[in-house]
Amino acid sequence: MTTSQTAMAQLNTGERALALIGGEATDANLRRYLHGIPGIDAVGLEQRASDLGTRSIKTSSKKWAIDKIISLIDLTTLEGADTPGKVKSLVGKALTPDAGDLSCPRVAAVCVYGDMVLHAVAALGSAHSAGTDAGVNVAAVATAFPSGRASLAIKLADVHDAVAAGADEIDMVIDRGAFLSGRFGQVYDEIVAVKQSCRRPDGSFAHLKVILETGELSTYDNVRRASWLAILAGGDFIKTSTGKVPVAATLPVTLSMLEVVRDWHRLTGAKVGVKPAGGIRTSKDATKYIVTVAETVGEEWLTPSLFRFGASSLLNDVLMQRQKMTSGHYSGLDYVTID
Amino acid sequence: MSFLDYAPAPESQAVLNLRGDYGLFIDGEFVAGRGEPFQSINPATEKQIAMIAHADAADVDAAVAAARRAYDKTWSKLSGSDRGKYLFRIARLVQERARELAVAETLDNGKPIKESRDVDVPLVAAWFFYYAGWADKLDHAGVGPTPSARGVAAQVIPWNFPLLMLAWKIAPALAAGNTVVLKPAETTSLTALLFAEILQQADLPAGVVNIVTGGRDTGKALVGHPGVNLVAFTGSTGAGRAIARSVAGTDKKVILELGGKAANIVFDDAPIDQAIEGIVNGIFFNQGHVCCAGSRLLVQESIHDDVIDRLKARLSTLRLGDPMDKNTDIGAINSAEQLARIRELTDIGEQEGAERWSPDCVLPEAGFWFRPTIFTNVSTSHRIARDEVFGPVLSVLTFRTPAEAIAKANNTPYGLSAGIWTEKGSRMLAVADKLRAGVIWANTFNRFDPASPFGGYKESGYGREGGRHGLAAYLKPAAGRAAARTVTAAPAASIAPAVASPAAEKTPVSRKKAAK
Repeated sequence: MTTSQTAMAQLNTGERALALIGGEATDANLRRYLHGIPGIDAVGLEQRASDLGTRSIKTSSKKWAIDKIISLIDLTTLEGADTPGKVKSLVGKALTPDAGDLSCPRVAAVCVYGDMVLHAVAALGSAHSAGTDAGVNVAAVATAFPSGRASLAIKLADVHDAVAAGADEIDMVIDRGAFLSGRFGQVYDEIVAVKQSCRRPDGSFAHLKVILETGELSTYDNVRRASWLAILAGGDFIKTSTGKVPVAATLPVTLSMLEVVRDWHRLTGAKVGVKPAGGIRTSKDATKYIVTVAETVGEEWLTPSLFRFGASSLLNDVLMQRQKMTSGHYSGLDYVTID
Repeated sequence: MSFLDYAPAPESQAVLNLRGDYGLFIDGEFVAGRGEPFQSINPATEKQIAMIAHADAADVDAAVAAARRAYDKTWSKLSGSDRGKYLFRIARLVQERARELAVAETLDNGKPIKESRDVDVPLVAAWFFYYAGWADKLDHAGVGPTPSARGVAAQVIPWNFPLLMLAWKIAPALAAGNTVVLKPAETTSLTALLFAEILQQADLPAGVVNIVTGGRDTGKALVGHPGVNLVAFTGSTGAGRAIARSVAGTDKKVILELGGKAANIVFDDAPIDQAIEGIVNGIFFNQGHVCCAGSRLLVQESIHDDVIDRLKARLSTLRLGDPMDKNTDIGAINSAEQLARIRELTDIGEQEGAERWSPDCVLPEAGFWFRPTIFTNVSTSHRIARDEVFGPVLSVLTFRTPAEAIAKANNTPYGLSAGIWTEKGSRMLAVADKLRAGVIWANTFNRFDPASPFGGYKESGYGREGGRHGLAAYLKPAAGRAAARTVTAAPAASIAPAVASPAAEKTPVSRKKAAK
């Protein structure tokens, strides 16, 4: 650790942010800080992402990557039509991804709407991690997901309900309207407030993932600033997307967020997680993300507490690849279960 | 197991069907050379790939004679669109055999397969496609209406991008209607000979392209041959000087692409992550065997330490090793000779007091290898800041103001390329305007496109390759127009025909620009 890292590590999240931005979290102070961060050249960023995408992951590395990908998935269902039955089925899939091969690892978490948390917790039973490292987590989207267009009181109540029902992780959305109109202080304060609402009666906290909805932020510079803002405000994870707008996770966007996380670690010694969500459907695509994580922030980030895939259809494609590696031939969709 | 120790992912060499020995390609046929054949080795293993024929003066004579016959009897008689058809056909064949050419290039040169696969070979095809399109539009090449070819072009190319340099030379020459005798570098003849097979496949008329392999004597015989009309050379400044001397006093047109010591200037407002990538790409791409490599990093003093930290972290992720592995970033140095030169210059760098750093990486036992290396605390008087190393060696210097950056960047006998990294557009343009370099990249480095001219100032050579300018070098104005120009220059210019006059005035200007 460098001296600045040691100094930073002694501060709590709020103090650290204020020390960095040099004053209260006002729009002006935050603007000065966020606009002082080096910009992103879009062509160069996309070039680097595409170069990382050409890594050739074969044989033993592929096998390792496939199991790793499965263990990093937040298996997700976020539909208006979700029912307790559907959630129960999803949990079944999370616990036993490949019914024909029990050596297959479990996914990291199931991700559902807040009102489904109790059904997910019930379905998991003893397999629910509930704060331990073993088992499967329950993640809940909250804060008027996906648009975030509600009063702060409603957003906080949403978070509170999910945590009370047993959610281990909260996936909140930032107020993109506020961000785009330069009200950085408001975005910051909301994240701080949501983080407080993640507090359980015993004093522990549900993990907070901050969804930037990068598809609506539109530029890489905005994504970088929103990433810094979310981390300064105390987010445990930064997440790309809700999956509800046309442009979801892309490799360049995820790379730019990983670079922020890497820089934050250089600056403070603290580790923040990254979750690309939406649009990652194939084992091949997911492997590119794994490579990008390992070559940008390092292999130690390839653990459920620091990296996740938000996905639903990805799991079955990975499972088919896994079966192919074991049996030597492709099976097909009839040989993997639907959730 | 660490995931980052990616399992081997070797490109299959099954696609390559090499012969044990290769002859010279003269008049459409492979013939034995009269000189002593030499071996071409794989620089990553030092094992022999094939025996290559050595052309002596008599072989060069035969090749030039074949090129002259082909020029007189066939190629100069074809219409532009017919020449274009051959070039399109060659471009398509290059694409069809892309994998094979990439594997051969990596085997012979030592560059990583991902570079020959993703950069070299696609650009080769692009160059032929681009100039194929020009073949029937020569009136618009900037040398006036109905220009003519120069005749027989003697072309000598280096070993750093063997097939790509061949394409840079042959494509515009053929499009303009010249015939060619080309000599590949001694250590990298293989892909030129595979290219000769492609020419046979394309049914290119015999003698239009002749390839003579061999050593320095072969090149000397070719360049000095009285039967050639144009000499195009890419290589070291020393060799370029010798060529300029040998053709002085003849009517041979000369194009020289020589060495470089490019400055890559990073301002404190640069997009930092992309700048780091650009620095890495600028000097470690192709093991630094790039004439336009960004070998001098000029970084603003206020961000020097941060940039060096980031650069070191990034270099630690580079993968050095088997060039045929698809994940290799840094391949082998092309020859023992080049490796010795890199070692000599880097040792001098240390002796002169610069601070040397390389990432930990295991070098294979056989073959020629050099760790990516950066030197900090370099001053402008150090030899590593002045001499072209032509290897994976970066010298880092600092500056305080844009004026100082410009002065330091220009303080070199070379002037091939430069890079600028800043988020401020006006600074980018203002600095670019003052840099004495032929190619300037802004927020990128080492990007090539057939439509963009390439070439140097000062000791980096003269003439341009690529784009319309690269085509014009292989053309001469119509005979009548030379007369018109003489008339224009005389006081009685007003009597020159009205139609000829505007074009005649324009031509010398654009030609001067091209030769700058």
